[in-house]
Amino acid sequence: MAPSPHDTSGAARLPRLSLRGITKHYPGVAANDHVDLDVYPGEIHAVLGENGAGKSTLMKVIDGLVIPDEGTMRWEGEPVDFASPAKAHKRGIAMVFQHFSLFETLTVADNIRVALDAAHARRLAARIRDVSARYAMPLDPARYVHTMSVGERQRVEIVRCLLQAPKLLILDEPTSVLTPAAIDALFAMLRTLAADGVSILYISHKLDEIRTLCDRATVLRDGRVTGQCDPRVETTASLARMMIGGDLPHPVHRAAHAGRAALVVDALDVPASDPFGIALRDVSLAVRTGEIVGIAGVSGNGQKELLAALSGERTVERSEAITLAGEPAGHLGPRARRVLGLAFIPEERLGRGAVPEMSLAENTLLTMRAPPLVVHGLVRASRVGSRTEQTIERFGVKARGPGDAAQSLSGGNLQKFIVGREIEREPLVLIAAQPTWGVDVGAAAQIRQTLLDLRERGVAVLVVSEDLDELLEISDRLAVIANGQLSPAKPIRETSAEEIGQLMAGTGTREPQQAAAALVP
Amino acid sequence: MRAYLEARPRPSRLAVWLAPLFAAVATIVVGFVVFSALGRNPFAALHAFFVEPIATRYGVAEWLLKASPLMLIGTGLALAYRANVWNIGAEGQLTLGAIAGGGVALAIGDAWPSFVLLPMMFIAGALAGMAWAAIPAWLRTRFNANEILTSLMLVYVASLLLSWLVHVPWRDPEGFNFPQSKMFDANAMLPILLPETRLNASFLIALAIVALAWLFVRRHVVGFEMRVAGLAPSAADYAGISLRRTVWFAMLAGGACAGLAGVGEAAGPIGQLLPSMSPGYGFAAIIVAFVGRLHPGGIALASLLLSLLYLGGESAQVHLGLPSAVTGLFEGTLLFFLLAADVLVNYRPRIARAAVAT
Repeated sequence: MAPSPHDTSGAARLPRLSLRGITKHYPGVAANDHVDLDVYPGEIHAVLGENGAGKSTLMKVIDGLVIPDEGTMRWEGEPVDFASPAKAHKRGIAMVFQHFSLFETLTVADNIRVALDAAHARRLAARIRDVSARYAMPLDPARYVHTMSVGERQRVEIVRCLLQAPKLLILDEPTSVLTPAAIDALFAMLRTLAADGVSILYISHKLDEIRTLCDRATVLRDGRVTGQCDPRVETTASLARMMIGGDLPHPVHRAAHAGRAALVVDALDVPASDPFGIALRDVSLAVRTGEIVGIAGVSGNGQKELLAALSGERTVERSEAITLAGEPAGHLGPRARRVLGLAFIPEERLGRGAVPEMSLAENTLLTMRAPPLVVHGLVRASRVGSRTEQTIERFGVKARGPGDAAQSLSGGNLQKFIVGREIEREPLVLIAAQPTWGVDVGAAAQIRQTLLDLRERGVAVLVVSEDLDELLEISDRLAVIANGQLSPAKPIRETSAEEIGQLMAGTGTREPQQAAAALVP
Repeated sequence: MRAYLEARPRPSRLAVWLAPLFAAVATIVVGFVVFSALGRNPFAALHAFFVEPIATRYGVAEWLLKASPLMLIGTGLALAYRANVWNIGAEGQLTLGAIAGGGVALAIGDAWPSFVLLPMMFIAGALAGMAWAAIPAWLRTRFNANEILTSLMLVYVASLLLSWLVHVPWRDPEGFNFPQSKMFDANAMLPILLPETRLNASFLIALAIVALAWLFVRRHVVGFEMRVAGLAPSAADYAGISLRRTVWFAMLAGGACAGLAGVGEAAGPIGQLLPSMSPGYGFAAIIVAFVGRLHPGGIALASLLLSLLYLGGESAQVHLGLPSAVTGLFEGTLLFFLLAADVLVNYRPRIARAAVAT
């Protein structure tokens, strides 16, 4: 029986948010199937599940973005309708999305202003500085969003939510773009918020984090609730079983012998392309066949610039600064570098790695506009189709066929497709940026295993990631990028997470500078 | 209760193609209402508008004649629109094509045989249309100037240029001071396809361009690359597709097609240079491109529909005494319903129920 909203004695145990029987069907799938969820004031509540388990849909129902087919919602005991995002915000619900909803051509302050009521919008720049300084998330209100990295954009989203003084804060995979130290800071901030009575819904598939941070967890699988537990008393393995219905896969790391250097970067200097950009200074790096080199670092320290220079999207001044398979490649564009054996998996899947509206077959063509798929300028549709089918099958992509639009795939599946597509090109050098960002555990493990298999087959693999655990797990050698400079790559056995963390934060003096700048009135 | 639109995960292909049909039917319904409101018998009016113009052999020839420039220009524009390049200035590119083709005809006169002169005129016209389109292309790629504005503004420059030419240097000395050039010599005129009509070889050129464009968008890798550039510029960067080249190609293709259409008008039904060489084909072709779903085959059909609207407007003037603005009204109504139908193809209207407490 539902508690009466006037029953003050039970107020302490009255859920702030209560969902019953939430069901949402999309053509072909039940994204949510009779989901119940209670969130109490001051609680950090984990929603755990793989990508495609229905977490995002459920959060969008709470935020008013999606209207469910069935089910009821109570807010602080009162039955409420599934209203618009504006009404949800009025109730005090704020959400930090996994895919950011920011206007790239506006500044930080303008982006935050459009999301706020007039009452909140006064003295905005100063308040942004206050909040971001209090929670140790430096932000320059006057900076344009398009110049910011993923990690920095997330800060904008979080600060935007905090400025609305929310009662329920929803965070979707927030730590995937943070350093270990920044994660600790985020957790401290969330605990403070919870102590102030804010309810926090924390969506993640990182089991260790959930065990450290959360008071309760609701586990989703295939749209259904498969478990309710106290994650502090569970083990990682027991949580994983609830989440994926089996044990966590672990990549197999076999010994391999590094061969000749396939990708060599020699004293690369790239000037900043815009006033807020990072200049690369004297970057040197060699990736040999049969090894994985990892580049760790907090986003916004030159990763974007380095990747653009390596992929050929931005050509560099000195052609010999980048050597690919023994050839100077600094002046070559992306196409010519592909011919030399480069494959590149970009950080953004939709819109860069794949054209959202186009079919998987057309997206296969995106990085393979050469024989046998294209002959004398004409596209051989049947060959493109069979090659796409092959990628889908070999890499276990969940899709109906080559005709499916890229945007109809879940993040993990699309990433599997893009990774597969690039590997099918049989590259000599593979560069992957954030290969498992926002990808579910199963798919992430599979992608890491694929990278390890490639290394065994003698491919030179470079992984640029902000997920330090991932890099420590798969890399042979690890370098750290901070403020446009790259530390020498060290064998993984000769380094430690602490040392890497210090390099990420210590030599990267950019952030403290920014924080100081933000505090100057 | 709240009504809202929900994106369809995968719009049906059938619906995408039925939308123009729906728009055409809805336009006829609106025509019915408008004619009734004007006190005309709507059946007779619709008959005069849509049936009478093509009831005769001559009428059918006129129908195809007017569809030719629309088909040509619409096909060229659609290539650009697929790449998100918004060439709005086809009318000006058509005018330049007519000036260049007509200029060649006037300069050479009967010195060259037809089979040399006509191709020269078409080449000159296509080059002139491309040159006119190259200005917005250059401004866009060099200064990032919006090609919608620059190409549109150049329409008026082109029209004034033509006006000056026919008023001053190219005016027919025996033309009683009318602002018009000499009539072209017979060898500068396009051959007639159907005897005793005005239907000429430009219709065949339009069909050939449609077929070429069809092959290009379906099979050619550059057609694919242009679509990528239009849909996702970042993905184009990633794939190594040059956005600059895409803009140039898109603008030049549109300019060339419009230039060809301009020569087709000058050397076809008009036979000389006049202050205005087109009743707005360059603008109507924008509607043709969208009604035809930016697909060459669809554009061929859509150009027939728009051409019928032109003829119907003339017929309504003659038989019903309605103003010629009625053609513009139908064009606008058609585009309006098409855009509305497209919203429903991509989104599904839903009404939210209020949730009830259990």
